[in-house]
Amino acid sequence: MTNTWMDLKNADVILIDGSNCAENHPASMTWINKAKDERGAKLIVVDPRFTRTASQADLYVAIRSGTDIPFFGGMIKYLIDNQLIHKEYVLHYTNAANVIDPGFKGPANLDGLFSGFVDDDGDGFGKYDQSTWKYQLDPQGNPVRDETLKHPQCVYQIMKRHYARYTLKTVSDITGCPQDKLEAVYKLYATTGARNKSGTILYAMGQTQHTVGSQNVRCMAMIQLLLGNVGMPGGGVNALRGESNVQGSTDQGILAHLVPGYMAIPRAGDHPTLAAYNEKETPKTSYWANKPKFFVSLLKAWWGDHATAENQFAYDYLPKVESPAKHYWMAMFQDMYAGKIQGLWAMGMNPAVSGPNSRLEREALKKLKWMVVQELFDTETCSFWRAPGVKPADIKTEVFILPAADAMEKEGSIVTSGRLLQWRSKVADPPGIALPDHQILNLIALKLKALYAAAPGPFADPIVHLNWDYGKELSVEKVAQELNGYATAVIKDPQGNILANKGDLFKTFAMLQADGSTACGCWIYGGYFAPADDGAGKIMPASKRRGQKDPGGLGMYPFWGFAWPANRRIIYNRASADPNGKPWSEDKKLIWWDDAQKKWTGYDVPDFVPTRAPSDPGGKDPFIMRVDGRGGLFSALNDGPLPEHYEPMETPVAKNPFSSRLHNPAIQVWKTDQGKSIGDNIGKTDKFPIVATTYRVCEHWQAGGMSRWLGWLTECHPQMFVEMSKELAAEKGIQNGDRVKVSSARGEITMAAVVTGRFKPFKMENKTIHQIGMPWHFGWGGLATGDVANDLTPHVGDANTTIPEYKAFLVDIKKA
Amino acid sequence: MARKAMLIDESKCTACRGCQVACKQWNELTGWEYSKTVNTGSYENPPNLTPQTWTRIRFNEYESRQGFRWLFLKEGCMHCGEAACVDVCPTKALKKQADGRVTVELDLCNGCGYCSQFCPFGIPRLDTAGGVIMSKGKTSKCTFCQDRTDNGLTPSCVKTCPAQALYWGDRGQMIAAGKKRVETLKTRGFSAANLYGEAAVGGLGRLYVLVEKPETYGLPADPQYPAMAMMWQNVVQPLGKIAIGGTVLGTFLAWLIIRRNIKMEEVE
Repeated sequence: MTNTWMDLKNADVILIDGSNCAENHPASMTWINKAKDERGAKLIVVDPRFTRTASQADLYVAIRSGTDIPFFGGMIKYLIDNQLIHKEYVLHYTNAANVIDPGFKGPANLDGLFSGFVDDDGDGFGKYDQSTWKYQLDPQGNPVRDETLKHPQCVYQIMKRHYARYTLKTVSDITGCPQDKLEAVYKLYATTGARNKSGTILYAMGQTQHTVGSQNVRCMAMIQLLLGNVGMPGGGVNALRGESNVQGSTDQGILAHLVPGYMAIPRAGDHPTLAAYNEKETPKTSYWANKPKFFVSLLKAWWGDHATAENQFAYDYLPKVESPAKHYWMAMFQDMYAGKIQGLWAMGMNPAVSGPNSRLEREALKKLKWMVVQELFDTETCSFWRAPGVKPADIKTEVFILPAADAMEKEGSIVTSGRLLQWRSKVADPPGIALPDHQILNLIALKLKALYAAAPGPFADPIVHLNWDYGKELSVEKVAQELNGYATAVIKDPQGNILANKGDLFKTFAMLQADGSTACGCWIYGGYFAPADDGAGKIMPASKRRGQKDPGGLGMYPFWGFAWPANRRIIYNRASADPNGKPWSEDKKLIWWDDAQKKWTGYDVPDFVPTRAPSDPGGKDPFIMRVDGRGGLFSALNDGPLPEHYEPMETPVAKNPFSSRLHNPAIQVWKTDQGKSIGDNIGKTDKFPIVATTYRVCEHWQAGGMSRWLGWLTECHPQMFVEMSKELAAEKGIQNGDRVKVSSARGEITMAAVVTGRFKPFKMENKTIHQIGMPWHFGWGGLATGDVANDLTPHVGDANTTIPEYKAFLVDIKKA
Repeated sequence: MARKAMLIDESKCTACRGCQVACKQWNELTGWEYSKTVNTGSYENPPNLTPQTWTRIRFNEYESRQGFRWLFLKEGCMHCGEAACVDVCPTKALKKQADGRVTVELDLCNGCGYCSQFCPFGIPRLDTAGGVIMSKGKTSKCTFCQDRTDNGLTPSCVKTCPAQALYWGDRGQMIAAGKKRVETLKTRGFSAANLYGEAAVGGLGRLYVLVEKPETYGLPADPQYPAMAMMWQNVVQPLGKIAIGGTVLGTFLAWLIIRRNIKMEEVE
């Protein structure tokens, strides 16, 4: 989230698209209800299905799964056509006025493609050469800007032409949403473009789990920039994360392309040396110019005294990947299926249920020599070798199960979607021999170090020299101190005053250095475990604080826990003030320039150089993490600098109304064992005419590992089910509660039918399209059982992240 | 002592069922292991209140000229001002506390089932495990978490509600808050919004803010204190106490068992 949960109360309009937060983030309703009660805020819910969140909406509209870009593109056109954008904000704080390279062309001119498309094998899918997707520069190297916004190659005009095609009629025909309903949403949300109003957009996997997932998110960012809602209280682009600590695991770089703190993982070709890494990865402007400080401090945290200037701070110890894309989830399971991976360690993951085309992924598990599963219960992944229809004798994989402790059975910090780090105490002992994950990892690490020390192989140093000193029984606080950052030597300012003694914890990442004098395991966490005031005079590690003071009454609660970065609750908050540093309105007053004190001040930690006046160079550029300090209406992703509509890989429509490109041309397509029953088969409407989506319910958790074994939750939702409209049920002769079979090009599963008025058929341009939905929680284990929804979903994903397209695929349904 | 009440704002309820589960957790009630629920085409589960389910959410799809609505109702003991269950209980197991809560003292319950029989809302449930004659046969229902509320805490469902649809406090304040909410809802287009339970059956301890008519939620429009309960309390029970003659007693016991068997069938 750019903002926080509590900040939802400051919104005038709340737009929820691709999230079902009343069910999946129930606590969000506390703050949404506050906004409704105290401000008279309006709630808009956009979802193919009427959900429990929709039950609270002032305005609910249904769009067909996979048509968010037309929906948002239509809104962008509406805002521009009716001049409802926040003009001053757009002009000063975004790149709307920047002039783009004359060679750049967009889908309106290139039939659905951007300039630079390269399709090596002629299969319609390829990659972009992005060399024309850039600003024109003046002789001094600064971006050329036209603040009249009239230059035909300026971002504003390019965007305007791009979305001119997204007319109400076309958008209505492709989304299946009536024009008057579309217009009602656009009109209501446009009211947040006023100086004294703000609107927030909440989304979750309903937006991201598409082949255009990243571009869906870009749409929301663009709308928020156009309406001046980024950096504002009650504004922002707010990703509601799907797991209680998934924000923390992302921060820690538990992804194939990152190391902790959102820095690139070193790549073999691009980054042979530390100098090459720093050179390639460090922009000259923006706060990221400090990246070498963060990166060297990370190496110091990991290898301590063995990381020295002479050995490039042990840079050679880091593994280098060839291409991160080869190690994302689906690529990894493809490799596993091909027999290229020997072992798998699954910690709190249940791929036998959660992976796309999960029959293929379960088949891949059979190719492993060994598998370790660290879990609370005997999940389907633990027991894939005795799944229904599988003969255990045929499975050669050796499976080890490590019983793990639950979140309540261990202490440590967790990070909420709002970037808030909160320390939690342990409240109960784990049962039996179960251990917290960190204790299990500590035992493994200490054993590995001992083994390598006793019999060092050719490259034992990275493990032998690893700075792993958390104690025989790991001290979580020691880990926290390392993540927080500390001095490895005495640090002095230019005048010779001591700023920090060796071992001191830093209050801010601004202390980090690139010379080896500092260590920090995750730079964005700088200060989270340093001693801090709780607002009532008690000093404690910042993330342990529970101070309830709320200066300004905006729900910032600066003394409660610690929000990265720098305890900042709303990021980009410089944009909550006008170019001259005054709040856009008294009602939404967050931070401002104090001329008397010559600094930024307010109710939140300014996301800006604190003493940089609005009149200073760069003093009006709020987006300090971006090279040009401006919000990117035009911003390059793998599949284009502006979101363009492409249909899901499995689509019920034959033609994309915006171009002859039906699918996102920049996605990776796997063709493993096509034609076989578990292969990467793609369904067509002749056999599979119905759109399907998957989702979660309030009562179960992800792949079910934490909920299907609990009687209280199981009795609420005891069995797998599929929801469908009354109209579809009538067509198929299905009664409420019947057992039904749902099939896709990859499998067939059986479940209970829930026939409901909450799904309605979509009236498309010239036909009716039905959509159904299924929860993906179920499997054969536990108390709440059922077939695995992901047996039906395809191995295909987003062009940037490769997140699977779980949210839109084709099926058929019949009575069992 | 001021009468206490729970205000349930159904316009805010998202049916997350945090209340349903929190009730089970606090009161140590069993889940699927007892109910063995199945999906019969609805989110609503367990399908009824049971000795192990004292509150639950009813899901009701409602289509009208105003459009589609998904209405939720948190079901449970109403803690009536004139509590028939208390009046008919022969062993004083059911008690009206000074603050209006209707509580259960299980040690005293003999499992006669009259409380269930005479409840205008059909709420209390008998534990039928062990069969009709040999069963433990105790009654069960929401007590407003007596052990919590005795100690100044809110009932566990109120504590857990993330949508802040549940409130606990002095009944007068709850009524005032409910009325205010109804007015707000009316200005927001919910013309049928109403407060349920202010006066009925001596005034309910469980008040609802509803956006549609009570019947739409499956609530009786005009619940009444059962007339039979009055007679039972004033005539039959005193008679029973003095009639120790074999015939009278035998007739009485037969009648009791028949009544109870009927009740068992209803529950099952």
